[in-house]
Amino acid sequence: MPETLFKINAKEYILPGNRSCQGCGLSLAYRMALKALREKTIMVIGPSCLCVLHGLYPSTAVMVPGLNTTFASAGAAASGLVAGLRALGRDDETVVAFIGDGGTFDMGIQSLSGAAERQTDFIYVCYDNEGYMNTGTQRSSATPLGAITSTTPLLAKEEHKKDLVRIMEAHEVPYIATANPAYPIDLYDKFVKAKKIKGTRYLHLFIPCPPGWGFPPKDTIRLGRLAVETGVFPLFEIENGRFRFTGRSRALAERGHKIPVSNYLERQARFGRMTPAQVQVFQQWVDRRWEEYVRRAEADAKHFSP
Amino acid sequence: MDKMKDENISAMCTCAVGEAGRTGDWRSFRPVIDHSKCIPHQKGKAACFLCWLYCPEGVVKATIPIAIDLTYCKGCGICAEECPAKAITMVREEDHE
Amino acid sequence: MSRVEIMTGNQAAALGARLARVQVVAAYPITPQTSLTEALAQFIESGEMKAEYVRVEGEHSALSVCIAASTVGARAFTATSANGLLYMHEQIHWAAGSRLPIVMCCVNRGVGAPWTILNDQQDSISQRDTGWIQLYCRDNQEIIDTVIQAFRIAEAVYVPVMVCYDGFVLSHTLMPVEIPDAERVDAFLPPYRPHTILSEADPRTINPVMFADPRENAAGVLGDGYMEMRYKLAGALTEALKTIQDVSDEYARLFGRNHGGLLWEYKTEDAEVILTGMGSIANEATIAADILREKGVPAGVVGIRAYRPFPVEAITHAFRKAKSIHCLEKALSYGFAGPIYTDLRAALYGSGCEAAMHDYIASLGGRDIQPDTIAQVVFERVIKPEADGRFHAPLWINCRTE
Repeated sequence: MPETLFKINAKEYILPGNRSCQGCGLSLAYRMALKALREKTIMVIGPSCLCVLHGLYPSTAVMVPGLNTTFASAGAAASGLVAGLRALGRDDETVVAFIGDGGTFDMGIQSLSGAAERQTDFIYVCYDNEGYMNTGTQRSSATPLGAITSTTPLLAKEEHKKDLVRIMEAHEVPYIATANPAYPIDLYDKFVKAKKIKGTRYLHLFIPCPPGWGFPPKDTIRLGRLAVETGVFPLFEIENGRFRFTGRSRALAERGHKIPVSNYLERQARFGRMTPAQVQVFQQWVDRRWEEYVRRAEADAKHFSP
Repeated sequence: MDKMKDENISAMCTCAVGEAGRTGDWRSFRPVIDHSKCIPHQKGKAACFLCWLYCPEGVVKATIPIAIDLTYCKGCGICAEECPAKAITMVREEDHE
Repeated sequence: MSRVEIMTGNQAAALGARLARVQVVAAYPITPQTSLTEALAQFIESGEMKAEYVRVEGEHSALSVCIAASTVGARAFTATSANGLLYMHEQIHWAAGSRLPIVMCCVNRGVGAPWTILNDQQDSISQRDTGWIQLYCRDNQEIIDTVIQAFRIAEAVYVPVMVCYDGFVLSHTLMPVEIPDAERVDAFLPPYRPHTILSEADPRTINPVMFADPRENAAGVLGDGYMEMRYKLAGALTEALKTIQDVSDEYARLFGRNHGGLLWEYKTEDAEVILTGMGSIANEATIAADILREKGVPAGVVGIRAYRPFPVEAITHAFRKAKSIHCLEKALSYGFAGPIYTDLRAALYGSGCEAAMHDYIASLGGRDIQPDTIAQVVFERVIKPEADGRFHAPLWINCRTE
């Protein structure tokens, strides 16, 4: 059941004065996620922006038990927490891995796949700022086509973004959702829902990054909205195989029109080298995926009708 | 040195406000609220509070009047940008005193 | 009630883990460890052993699972060999730095490239700098006993322990093994008390980035710099020297078997010529020592059981009367010499020991090495002494070197 702003957990789990950048999309997403997850949560974090947000020894800004692990091992570390807790008879704690796109799409993909294939009972959250942002904006396989990064500095990225959601679907996990801190209540609701489900739950968060993407920090929420309005990052859930748009994406799919991607691209310096031809390729990629999702939403509504 | 030492054999951080120091010092611009325009303030009851919702740092207090913890506010400007009543303005720090 | 059964080294290791009431097993199959992993799967699926078995997708994940499980307080175990050990190398460092009492069996096998599935000790030797305790077993009885002792040692000093034994030579060879009584093992192994804090009331972030220098936290408590944390680990390895010996002695009292603790000696009381090695080759050396004695050479063996921490004091004492020392290596630090030779020279330098030291690369990639070959090579060295205490490059025996 969707929450309203006034009903969400008022407690703050992240203490102020932490190391995240001004206007950090992750800060807001993590703030909302922790409110939704509440107590009895153990977090796995990797070497990433979140590791720095958590803090450097001897202090942490986060009032949730957290376990750092290596770049490639988030899925395995989470599996180990789940196994250890089960062996000790502790069954009321939720294990969450909150990992960047690097640790999900690239180095961490094996251990994530292994954990999902074993139907490990945990929540895996990919916070996707579309690059290795903590170490200075190097490219990841989550970086979109046309983006300048420090390892694609002149030619810009020539490959499309990898589709991790489809890879996770191939593992037949019970719950997959996309979320965006520009729609914080939708994000909050999805974490509340995920917490109640058993098995591997995968949440993919769209995380605008002011320094990495090249936009002023005040525009983090605006960019998040544009990603949804253009169809670049649709909001949806896949629950036991049933695809459903949520929130603003549902409204767009049912009765709206998404706006051209140029509205989204032109606000970010990282897309500053894109030629009109590349913008068109990007638009076609977004259009194709949007139409697939719209068809899927309609088909699943019929197929899974109550 | 007779300070208390952390005797733990592995590194385990304890919670602290200001882990990165006084992050308010990062600001070039600070948020200034015109409470006469602020919707909950006008209504005298809980309403809007989008500035509280969207603050990445959680330094906006959903109280009436709204209060922002300027020791730690990084001055990102999201609250000013998102306020539907345009009640918040970002003012240059040097101009503020 | 203890009983004697004929079993392989892998079966002995699996039984040791079962008797130790391991709670989480995460292991990936690799020759020649595989039958150990399979035995544990059998025990757990049949209900004979109550543990979570995580069928990981690789060795890096295997140790990652153990690290996380041990962090929350579960007794964790894994096993691997060769390239599997190398694949988890990053995590081997991580486990030691996290101060987690994980026990891992390394079923010694040579590393690629090129591939070999057969025995040498290059795999575990290449991990000697990671901060793990390393114990080398000479037979299957020692394997089951050492796995049990390993948990007691690890949980006393909060350092992970690698129990090493030779692939195929021990892992797949049948020997009689007395299985310790389960109740006695329970009395010998108190429950694991984790030092890590993962609690609602005191939420900590574990293993963050550290600065170089000590820093105060908000409450005025002085936290370590990275170097202090490493100093603590080093201190724990030093403390472990006593722990390894004490645990071995206590085990001997309770179970009637003494594997020597840090090292064991064979006919060293009157030995002028001392052979030394780790694992099964040290056992073979005892036969070579007897052959040498038949030829009139007063020979003995020092079997090194604890390689890390390196037992400098015990070593200095054991080798004090030697006139020549012969190191039988199953590994090599390329560009230098065998690990036993180099560590022994470092330990004995300045101790008053004036023995000539000889280094032999005796077996790599499963090259067979027989006691009479060892005896022959040592005999030739002993009767033609170019004896001096200087460094000499190793002699590759039983190998076509032209």
